[in-house]
Amino acid sequence: MIEAALSMAALGLSLGLMLGFAARRFHVEAPAILQDIEEVLPGTNCGQCGFPGCRGAAEALAAGDAPVTLCPPGGRPLVVTLAEITGVEVPPAGGAGAVVEEAPLIAFIFEDHCTGCTKCFKRCPTDAIVGAAKQIHTVIWDACTGCDACVQVCPTEAIILRPKPRTLRNWYWDKPDEALGAGEAA
Amino acid sequence: MNLSALLSRLDPGRVFGIGGGVHPKTRKSLSARAAIEPMPLPPLLRVPLQQHIGVEAEAIVQRDDLVLKGQLIGKARGPVSANIHAPTSGRVIAVGHFAAPHPSGLPVPTITIRPDGEDRWGPRLPRLRPETAAPDAIAAQVAAAGIVGMGGATFPSAVKLNLRDRYALETLIINAAECEPYLTCDDRLMRERAEEIADGAAIMAKALGVKDILIAIETNKPEAITAMRLHDVALGYKIRVKTVPTLYPMGSEKHLVKALTGQETPARALTAELGIVVHNAATAHAVHLAVRYGEPLISRVVTVSGRGVARQANIQALIGTPVSDLLAHCGGLVGEPERLLLGGPMMGQPIQNQRVPVVKGTNGILALTKAEARTDAVMPCIRCGSCVHVCPCGLMPFEMNARIQADDLEGASKTGLMDCIACGCCSFNCPSNIPLVQAFNFAKGRLAERKSREHQQQETKRLAEARQAREAAVAEAKRAAMAKRKAEQAAKKKKADEAKAAKAAAAAAAKAQEGAS
Repeated sequence: MIEAALSMAALGLSLGLMLGFAARRFHVEAPAILQDIEEVLPGTNCGQCGFPGCRGAAEALAAGDAPVTLCPPGGRPLVVTLAEITGVEVPPAGGAGAVVEEAPLIAFIFEDHCTGCTKCFKRCPTDAIVGAAKQIHTVIWDACTGCDACVQVCPTEAIILRPKPRTLRNWYWDKPDEALGAGEAA
Repeated sequence: MNLSALLSRLDPGRVFGIGGGVHPKTRKSLSARAAIEPMPLPPLLRVPLQQHIGVEAEAIVQRDDLVLKGQLIGKARGPVSANIHAPTSGRVIAVGHFAAPHPSGLPVPTITIRPDGEDRWGPRLPRLRPETAAPDAIAAQVAAAGIVGMGGATFPSAVKLNLRDRYALETLIINAAECEPYLTCDDRLMRERAEEIADGAAIMAKALGVKDILIAIETNKPEAITAMRLHDVALGYKIRVKTVPTLYPMGSEKHLVKALTGQETPARALTAELGIVVHNAATAHAVHLAVRYGEPLISRVVTVSGRGVARQANIQALIGTPVSDLLAHCGGLVGEPERLLLGGPMMGQPIQNQRVPVVKGTNGILALTKAEARTDAVMPCIRCGSCVHVCPCGLMPFEMNARIQADDLEGASKTGLMDCIACGCCSFNCPSNIPLVQAFNFAKGRLAERKSREHQQQETKRLAEARQAREAAVAEAKRAAMAKRKAEQAAKKKKADEAKAAKAAAAAAAKAQEGAS
């Protein structure tokens, strides 16, 4: 009995030392850029970029495997920041590979179809959905990022994404349709 | 003190150049001879709760409530907001949304009142004696009366009267330049109610704690200048009337300050930094009514003009009067107008819906015919620099426009987009009819949207982190509870086992005893 305990302890100790040594000896410094990138990403892990969460996206970006336009909820401002961090050129708006500056989308719940199953608000990464079991849920516009997660889990297809409604506060004039004059000037 | 300030002190009549500006046809003669006339009560009044810059007011009446003239129906929310009062007595028939007097026509919270025709006043605000009132009390009265800048900017006036706490103020300028073509509402107000305006100006000077009052009037309003010069002393304050050249955009706050004092206001700063506060002449009149008589701001003078309307007039209209009723009172439209504007032709906003109401900042309703509106085709920019010559802010509109057209908004804002006051001189003067100011308005809106999205991005991050922290805490709590339960169960089991063992031991002992005996 005592021999068995001793031998196991010795084995554990030696293996532990070896692992500790290996961790020190073969330590790989996580690139500082990874930290920077992860900091500017939304951190909602919505998965729209196709990578496993924001950390995965940051790794891909740091490795140069992904374009800076990968994050739809981040929009153009994030593209500019990411381009600054990674040192690539900002893809010109409207050009190839550019992030299409769409009107921001937000989730909308058809209250007739909502069964109060609570699946969506458990899934929402920004707590933008309020509700309780067997109560109709609703979306807080200002907190919704349009990440699509709730649409995926809704069992009754009661949630859709639609453009954020225009109000007097966020309304602005359309671009005047005069490409001719300025196009020549540019 | 710089040279220009010294010069203006040595020669009080001196007026400085502002650089840039244009001379559009003023066409003020269309309505300048029409005295201010009252209007019969319209069948409905639609009073929006957002008539000012800042947060919308909160409705404090409900459907079917009876309201009296001057009764508070919308309460200001937050520091930058304004009270809304019932323009006449009647019944509230709806508290909901209605199209805003805005180019978008988007809905805005609106209280609809059906007048009972009696026009019965409710209790007015307590009167103040400005001779003895404290500055704070005057500002509070102006806030209670819901007065906002009536030149069109609609910034709550009381906030501006409270600037004395933060800046060393010396001068109050009453802006009566009225540089927009067509508009004559301030002109008529000065001709007919000069004494009231002078008194209101003196009351505001008292609230601001300044000694110097200047009234700036463009040279094309000689009658108004004469009328105001007759009232050069009010409340013991000396009031100086200064004439400024007829030049658009002389009525822009910062340009007026430049013309009168020679001092330039720093970019994106308040004129208060120079010790100057600017208020509109109509605002001064409203302050007079609010302080002397306790009357809230429930009506204003509106110029109805343009050749597209049968009779040009200056009308004392209740806030909330639909544009269609005002036009009908003036004999209606002559044919289909090319453009229907709220405000002046340079900076006014087109409206799509004639049922939208007149609000506190509506100084004019213009129905422009094809001959008056410019509809020429756009041609390429020839880089002639006409826009640069007339830009009163010293910007290069053609360069900014080129950048905006190339979707380089950051570049446009680096070349001064944010200093643009959207006066429209560049578009007016462009020989190629390029919609320059329209592009700047678009770009400013787009940049503001981006900024708000950036802000939202940060908020999202905060929310996501908060959620993750909460989920971690919940999981931790669950684990702890589970461990506790496990420990409890283990303890219970142990206890049971012990009890069992004790029992067995006791039984064994008893058996042994039995055996021994």
